[in-house]
Amino acid sequence: MLGYTITQWLFGIISFLSIMFALMVVFTRNPINSVLYLVLTFFCIAAHYLLLNAQFLAVVHIAVYAGAIMVLFLFVIMLMNLNQDSEPQKTMASKLIAGIIGGLLLVVLVGALKGTEQIQLSQSGHSEIGLVKNLGRVLFHEYLFPFEIVSILLLSALVGAIMIGKKEIK
Amino acid sequence: MLEFIIYKSIICTIIFVVSLGIAAYSTWWERKFAGLLQDRWGPSRAGIWGLLQPLADGGKMLFKEEIIPNVSNKFLFVLAPALFIVTAIMAGVLIPWGPSVKIGETFYALQVSDINVGVIFLLGVTSIGVYGIMIGGWASNNKYSLLGAIRASAQMISYELAMGIALIALIITAGGTLSFSEIVAAQDKGVANIVWQPLGFIIFFICALAETNRAPFDLAECETELVGGYHTEYSAFKLGLFLFAEYINMFVSSAVMAGFYFGGYNFPFAHELYQAMGLQEGSWIISLIGFGAYFTKTLIFISVFMWIRWTIPRFRYDQLMNLGWKSLLPLSLLNLLITVVVEYFRGNINL
Repeated sequence: MLGYTITQWLFGIISFLSIMFALMVVFTRNPINSVLYLVLTFFCIAAHYLLLNAQFLAVVHIAVYAGAIMVLFLFVIMLMNLNQDSEPQKTMASKLIAGIIGGLLLVVLVGALKGTEQIQLSQSGHSEIGLVKNLGRVLFHEYLFPFEIVSILLLSALVGAIMIGKKEIK
Repeated sequence: MLEFIIYKSIICTIIFVVSLGIAAYSTWWERKFAGLLQDRWGPSRAGIWGLLQPLADGGKMLFKEEIIPNVSNKFLFVLAPALFIVTAIMAGVLIPWGPSVKIGETFYALQVSDINVGVIFLLGVTSIGVYGIMIGGWASNNKYSLLGAIRASAQMISYELAMGIALIALIITAGGTLSFSEIVAAQDKGVANIVWQPLGFIIFFICALAETNRAPFDLAECETELVGGYHTEYSAFKLGLFLFAEYINMFVSSAVMAGFYFGGYNFPFAHELYQAMGLQEGSWIISLIGFGAYFTKTLIFISVFMWIRWTIPRFRYDQLMNLGWKSLLPLSLLNLLITVVVEYFRGNINL
């Protein structure tokens, strides 16, 4: 089909969808719709992981981001009951400043990514590195120490979150 | 390629139809079972033993007037029940219903998809199931619906943790595989996982009750406090879909428990029986017997779900949260610790 393989077609369609949903996150007025579009974006990114043969990452991405974190987002927004009427309207000046800052960020990103197509990518590892078996072997043999450090980091974040969430600290 | 597509379509269709059929007849069996426990007849007018009752209910749901509240977000309001039932059916693709059938030279697995991260896929699908309830509750623009939705999702998130940790212990026992069919197949050689995971099974079972919003954890639709919970504003077949999805969830989680902990299509002395009958591996009769064994276990679990519903009164909300966070989560961690020690001495873990 037009000289592309099925994988390339899928990549194109999923990329288009993920960018469109990501834009919709910003452009929709209603915060609930924003969150739901963000969930759809996460699903598209998970599909990208699948295309890269990283099934473990894809499923964990859905379980953690779409399944847990975004549900909490949805919780907070539903309880705060934000809608168009009660949302504070931004002044013209703050919109202008936000526009300028966003534009500058775009310039920086374009500048940083400009030369990337000239870099030759070396194919490191093999195509089945994303499968859970190989991933586990690499993670628990070669990168065991960083893995343990990350788990301590997560533990401290957990304790911190509980401390902040407590009403009174004895 | 064509052969593959035909085979998968047939499997998909069969599992889809069976899921829906079981869900429909679960409603009938739930009433019959309630009648049995409460010393009365249950449905008896529609057909013999009331067997046409689910059809009558379905017809009633279809022909009722459909009311969409004027103030709600209409698209999300319609989307929510569809989303809920889709996620309910999705987990069914993992279940290996029986030993593979050999037709010609190839083996055909009685499973829609053997995902190599099946257990995590299962957790992912259950966590996505929350969206149907939450979106439905919010889009109804009704305080009771919102409260019901928030209760349901808080409950599902809380119990997912203990469920996940119980599953980690199960994976260690099953030999470190995340694939559903391999977990079931591993119980063919040894004993069923329940022997090594009694505590894990109890935790998983309680969490499954909570995840499917069944009594005694059905606080999301607690009539005395919340009218109808998250589906208060729903009518006609949209309400039907919500109720239906609950039964599909129940069917799938029963099948998951039967597969994870009770050997799925394996049963004691299966090989001796097959040998006595003179059956070769891959024979369709073996598949049929295996499927029958799996299905019987699943139906028994569905009946246990109902038995619990008509036995134990509903929890209070703080009791529910205390049970989830203060009992089940530490217990599941303890179970994980015990499992690791036991498996180390059984020689399944080499350090």
